Amino acid sequence: MIADALAGKRIAVTGATGFLGTALVERLLRSVPGCEVVLLVRPGRRLDAAERTAREILRNDCFDRLRAELGDGFAGEVARRVTTIAGDVGTDGLGLDDQARALLASCDVVVHSAATVSFDAPLDGAVEVNLLGPSRVAAAMLDAARAYRPAARPLPHLVAVSTAYVNSGHHGDASEELVTQSRYLALPDWRGEVAAARRSRSDADAESRTPARLAELRKAARRELGAAGTALLAERTEKLRGEWVDDTLVELGRSRAQALGWPDAYAYTKSLGEMALGDSCEDLPVSIVRPSIVESALAEPRPGWIRGFRMAEPVIISYARGLLRQFPGVPEGVVDVIPVDLVVAAIIAVAAHGPEVAGGGDGCDPAVYQVASGVRNPFRYGTLVDLCEQWFTERPLYDAKGQPIVVPTWSFPGRGKVQGDLRRAAKGLQAIERIASMLPVRGALAERVSAVEEKRDLAERALGYVELYGAYTETEARFRVDRTLALYDSLDDTDRTDFCFDPAVVDWEHYVTEVHLPSVVAHARVRTSPGRRVTASREDRARAAILSSEPRCAVFDLEQTLVSSNVVESYAWLATRHLAPLARARLAVQLVAEGPRLLALDRRDRGDFLRSFYRRYEDAPAERVRDDAWELFGDLILTRSFPDGLQRVRDHRALGHKTLLITGALDFVVAPLAPLFDEIVCARLGELDGRFTGEMVATPPTGEARALLMERWAASFGLGKESTVAYADSTSDLPMLEAAGHPVAVNPEPKLSAVARKRGWPVELWQQTRGGPRRPLAVSTRRVGTRTPAPRAAAAGNPAPERGRLS
Amino acid sequence: MSPRPGFVLEVDRSTPPTLFWHGEGWRLERLPAGSRVVYPPEPLPALEDPDAAIRHALEHPAGDSSPLSALLRPGAKVTIAFDDVSLPLPPMRAPDVRQRVVEAVLDAAAGAGVDDVVLIAALALHRRMTDAELRHALGSRVFDAFAPHGLLLQHDAEDPAGVVHLGLTDHGEDVEINRRAAESDLLVYVNINLVAMDGGHKSVATGLASYKSIRHHHNVRTMQQSRSFMDRHHSELHTSNWRMGRLIAKAGVKVFQIETTLNLDTFPSQFSFLQKREWEWSLRDRAAFHATSAALERTPAGLKRQIFQSIRSPHALTSVHAGEVEAVHELTLADVHRQQLVRVDGQADVLTMGLPYICPYNVNSIMNPILVACLGLGYFFNLYRGRPLVREGGVCIMSHPTPWAFNPVHHPSYIDFFEQVLAETVDPLEIEAKYEESFATDPWYVHLYRTSNAYHGVHPFYMWYWCAHALQHLGQVIVVGGDRAAVRRLGFKPASSLADALEMAEDVVGRDPSITHLHNPPLFLADVT
Repeated sequence: MIADALAGKRIAVTGATGFLGTALVERLLRSVPGCEVVLLVRPGRRLDAAERTAREILRNDCFDRLRAELGDGFAGEVARRVTTIAGDVGTDGLGLDDQARALLASCDVVVHSAATVSFDAPLDGAVEVNLLGPSRVAAAMLDAARAYRPAARPLPHLVAVSTAYVNSGHHGDASEELVTQSRYLALPDWRGEVAAARRSRSDADAESRTPARLAELRKAARRELGAAGTALLAERTEKLRGEWVDDTLVELGRSRAQALGWPDAYAYTKSLGEMALGDSCEDLPVSIVRPSIVESALAEPRPGWIRGFRMAEPVIISYARGLLRQFPGVPEGVVDVIPVDLVVAAIIAVAAHGPEVAGGGDGCDPAVYQVASGVRNPFRYGTLVDLCEQWFTERPLYDAKGQPIVVPTWSFPGRGKVQGDLRRAAKGLQAIERIASMLPVRGALAERVSAVEEKRDLAERALGYVELYGAYTETEARFRVDRTLALYDSLDDTDRTDFCFDPAVVDWEHYVTEVHLPSVVAHARVRTSPGRRVTASREDRARAAILSSEPRCAVFDLEQTLVSSNVVESYAWLATRHLAPLARARLAVQLVAEGPRLLALDRRDRGDFLRSFYRRYEDAPAERVRDDAWELFGDLILTRSFPDGLQRVRDHRALGHKTLLITGALDFVVAPLAPLFDEIVCARLGELDGRFTGEMVATPPTGEARALLMERWAASFGLGKESTVAYADSTSDLPMLEAAGHPVAVNPEPKLSAVARKRGWPVELWQQTRGGPRRPLAVSTRRVGTRTPAPRAAAAGNPAPERGRLS
Repeated sequence: MSPRPGFVLEVDRSTPPTLFWHGEGWRLERLPAGSRVVYPPEPLPALEDPDAAIRHALEHPAGDSSPLSALLRPGAKVTIAFDDVSLPLPPMRAPDVRQRVVEAVLDAAAGAGVDDVVLIAALALHRRMTDAELRHALGSRVFDAFAPHGLLLQHDAEDPAGVVHLGLTDHGEDVEINRRAAESDLLVYVNINLVAMDGGHKSVATGLASYKSIRHHHNVRTMQQSRSFMDRHHSELHTSNWRMGRLIAKAGVKVFQIETTLNLDTFPSQFSFLQKREWEWSLRDRAAFHATSAALERTPAGLKRQIFQSIRSPHALTSVHAGEVEAVHELTLADVHRQQLVRVDGQADVLTMGLPYICPYNVNSIMNPILVACLGLGYFFNLYRGRPLVREGGVCIMSHPTPWAFNPVHHPSYIDFFEQVLAETVDPLEIEAKYEESFATDPWYVHLYRTSNAYHGVHPFYMWYWCAHALQHLGQVIVVGGDRAAVRRLGFKPASSLADALEMAEDVVGRDPSITHLHNPPLFLADVT
């Protein structure tokens, strides 16, 4: 009896926060009532080890069954039987303190299931955990045993979890033997590999700091954010550098693995991990359990239980959402999947069985148990795809509009073709995206451009899946399970029922359609019902938070946010106001010709642009320009305004919010907008003898300075970040948007549209009134004579009487 | 040959299709046999020497008033108020009647040695006129003499220092008008009486008043009790204005009223087919009709609007009266009726009308959906004396493209009224109670009214109140060929053809309804028995 064999035993588990580890801990607590469990947990950044045990392990729905069975006794049972020690398999000696070492020494069995299971982990990280982890655990056990264990007591049994795919390079039978005994593997010196991996991190880091690389990264950051200001660009560049180093190490891991015959860094580091373990376990009794692809539970603790979004799941969901139009694979090939509860049962059985008697060699000679389905109960890849297609045809997912998604039919082309197609698609989309992002589009069109980015993202992700997992659908290795089955055969009937790990019990059709797919869909948080969503979207909630009755400070940009016009147009309008038709046409043509240069200058540096452009006002009669500006207001500003935008400003004021306008426009241009804002920050020109000097005496802030201004301004009302609302249209205002508690992208250009989409910022598409006059260039109608004074000017009482006559 | 009076045609099988205005264009529609088409009278002949007639009127005042020259003396403070851009429609060819009259008054003032003269455009709550519009209305001579010196003003109903409260009428109505006008020794008001509702005490009591004063008669109750507001003696709107006008006189404001009437010669010769009876179209009219229709079909909406807005009407002066307000107005009304009255026997189940591109509030601007409703259900529906042309519970079918389009400078509060208020309710009483005050006092609208060229924030409400009588009276309103979304927002039913609209109307008024078509242009006043 397994439960009897393990009764009174103390079993340590690493990797208990993982998928397999959680299931193992639960099974031990539930099905082996006599044992104690010691969990080696790495302290997190915010939670210490014990807190992680409570939150990330015991609160998982895996324990729901046990919790129901024990009722109020659950907490007591856990307290009595579970001990947590802080430790990290990524450091030598596991980082254990003396107390933990003593506890480790007192254990009878140690199950090492901690691993970096991601197939695309950076090489150095995978090496530290997967390659060095098992040997570090062995060393720590030996060390602790020497220090604390009575000599008479036998050494504890290490059960190391590896993967069947250490043998994936095989064609045909892959038997349960150590990698060192394999005739098919070219094994390098693992110590050399460790040294090389560690070196490659610092090499990549050094490479990432070369001027050429930094220039490239800065360019990429600029492409993404535009003129978002020094600080944000620097931050983004640094983030991209970190990502570049990681990507380089991922690529290094993959190419090194493939060069040595493994599909990826995971299998490669796991293989070398077995080797290293063999070299360092001395006389420690060791067993190795090698599962194939571990998937959701067949029955224990409940059918379909799964933790995390693992290997097959993203692929399945992408398929169901219609994103993976093709996937490589050999339909008649075997896809070796094993439910997690079978693996857990096998591990417990191995632990109960104890170490195999050494094969007579010196040092340790671990027994290998493969837990895989391919030989005993093969599951054809074609069958899996058919089942999925059928299942999702009957129960489709729904798109954002509530329409059912039709799943594609895969035709199983070669991996090369699928990869090639996807790569071309991604490149094509990237090219479109690049060209489109250079176009001066905004609003709805920009949204469409940024949707291209999303598509490209999806294509790249699909490519990633194919590159990562494609090999697993094409493996031709057949993982033998002779030793595992022999162990199973040696069990009595009760154990065979309670701890079943014979892959033959799996009815694949039942498993896929009744167990696995329902679980995957439930986990993926996808739409499984038609119709529009009734709950408020994230954007709607954000909008409601903006126009709340709480105090708010709302900051507005002017150009393209409230008004579809710019400083050049205002100038053109004012400058042509008193010109004869021919001169007016000349000025218009001249400005149009200068357009591209002005645009480029504006993009490079807003402040410089304004300074140089406003020189044109030099010598203009100040009083006349100011007077004309009131007409400019109606003829250009209001005509080109977005009524929804002005309404939003007024909504804020109606709620008692403070409103601030920050703009590069000149004071007399924005003066008529004064009633809308508590404060206007704008540019102002110097004046001498009633004429403008052409020099700015007040320079409006741009970039980070706007963010600072917003913060200081809000602070003057005693309000913090959470009360600020910022409305802007371009990435040059990104610092202000980032600094605001409630950022809103208005008619965003493509770059900002992409940023807003990623961050979930509300996007407003405000338009000019339908039917409003549109002119390609703002040239005023010529003004003849003097304008009738508006009330602001005619406030003076009765006019001089002597001139009230006709001449 | 003297001009023919208006008449009612009964449609039979030989009747050619009938012309319907349709915004910046028109439709030819075949009305069912038995339908009646009401045609306006032909234009009366113009006064031969309008300037002489004006001078004569100024010196031979009506009612209890001295001649103008006797009222002017050196050192007097004189204010000349004049109707704004909403009159006449379409704007008339230069010289405008206002220019002729104002020049005559100014000559008289100069002759009498009056120095202190100020001109005020009587905007009420309308938008400020542009310089070009003022120059057109007054002529360059007047404009250049006054505007540069700040002596050409536009009434500002929101200037607290610019208005003065003269008291309450016996009905408790506030009378608050332009301070300069009220404090002048003589206030001369220059009217263009395009339709019967214009002029009388309404000129000063509304044209120079503030919101505080205007709201007493521009409201749902008054409009529902004005049957119609084109009939001064059965119009609560006018009764209220008359009370105010008498209080203004009692307060010592000396008003010298000048009223002018125009003939119905509304469109220039290239559009002469618009004003002719269809069976009398000459070959030239047919050619002009087809050529213009074909050209308009290929013209973008914005350009079409510009073309139509540039039309200047050949309207000619048919009478001018000056003197005491009430006496002048009675004479003027008789002249308006002489030109415009058409006798119609009995009401119909269905009233059809084609709506033109222009109404008083979109001169040089866009006819937005609210203005479409106001033109049809406010102005055209009310062009009656006695009873409405359509029976109670009947259907009104209007033809207009009704684009969902607004002029953001002229009609900012209309945009919000359409998007916010009409989206909630179309019931005039509910709208008045729930929304009027917030729009009327909105500081942003006030700012735009005072400094830019925007109608007052409350103005779209008045447009809707203007429809209140019709909305109360009618069983259904159908718009043919309109933007469906915009028409529905107004609470009306959209129809794609007149035939469809008539089918829909049968659901309300029963099978084989009697139909009356209000044929325009030009405008006329139906005398319904």
